[in-house]
Amino acid sequence: MSEPTSEMQAMEHIGRVADRQESDSKVMFGFWVYLMTDCVLFASLFAAYAVLHNNTFGGPSAHQLFSLPYALTETLILLTSSFTCGLGILAAHRRIKQQVYTWLGVTFVLGATFLTLELTEFSRFIHNGNTWQRSGFLSSFFTLVGTHGLHITIGLLWLFVMLIRIKQGGLGRDTVRKLTLLSLFWHFLDVVWIFIFTIVYLLGGISV
Amino acid sequence: MSRAIVSQHETNRSGYGSYITGYILSLLCTLTAYLLVVRYSLSKWVLVYVLAGLAIVQFLIQMRLFLHLGKEAKPRLKLLVFGFMALVVLILVFGTLWIMYNLNYRMPTQAQINSYMQAQNGGF
Repeated sequence: MSEPTSEMQAMEHIGRVADRQESDSKVMFGFWVYLMTDCVLFASLFAAYAVLHNNTFGGPSAHQLFSLPYALTETLILLTSSFTCGLGILAAHRRIKQQVYTWLGVTFVLGATFLTLELTEFSRFIHNGNTWQRSGFLSSFFTLVGTHGLHITIGLLWLFVMLIRIKQGGLGRDTVRKLTLLSLFWHFLDVVWIFIFTIVYLLGGISV
Repeated sequence: MSRAIVSQHETNRSGYGSYITGYILSLLCTLTAYLLVVRYSLSKWVLVYVLAGLAIVQFLIQMRLFLHLGKEAKPRLKLLVFGFMALVVLILVFGTLWIMYNLNYRMPTQAQINSYMQAQNGGF
């Protein structure tokens, strides 16, 4: 082979890599725009909660209903799962399959624990007659926290599918890109939970 | 060119340090907020402002260290979309609260409504 041809091949290769990088960054940007619009969705639910949180219609108030240690446990579990998800994605970028399994597995277990705690809390409220039909406060509470729980459920399903995908296909470029999107989604859910913990649980706990 | 690609890839990785720092700082914010509510009896409005401040600090920490906001190369479109989101959210939330409390303030009580209706009927 003559010199110019291999040089051209090298240039072509670099060009392809650059194209892939650009399409990856476009996908990342598109997903980022989705996350930001999801923020607006949550903001409208927060606004509804802020307006309605005192309208208890003779039912229990936030102060009577919520258990702060329980909410703190949920918060710490979700925060830790966000952290382990980050460690998993670092391992994926370094293509260390065993570590990816471990950290994403831990993330899945923590996320499932969080969801179980949230649903247990919901069922306890409903069992005591405090459903979303009880008062404006409870309607907005169930809508806000329930929407977050729905996002968590979707995130868990996605995580489960990705774990199977890694098991079958390994850590290809496509899989790592999808994992990066998933990690953004999961971190985002923890960011939303900061405000649910503060506005719903902590501020609800102090307003007597 | 290939070096530029490699360095772009490196910045996407951003090491363990940022995640560990982010986790520890978030834990501190969460536990401080919790202990302030449970252990200390600050006056209500001071507590509300401190809790809101801690939530915003933790929000910015996680956006920066977990979601890598502001670490992209120029043009910073992610940052731009984030800024627009923040603007829409502020208008939405504070606008809603403002309008609803204003309506609540202007809403007459039941007694006022009754006396107004009696006065109107008496007129005819």
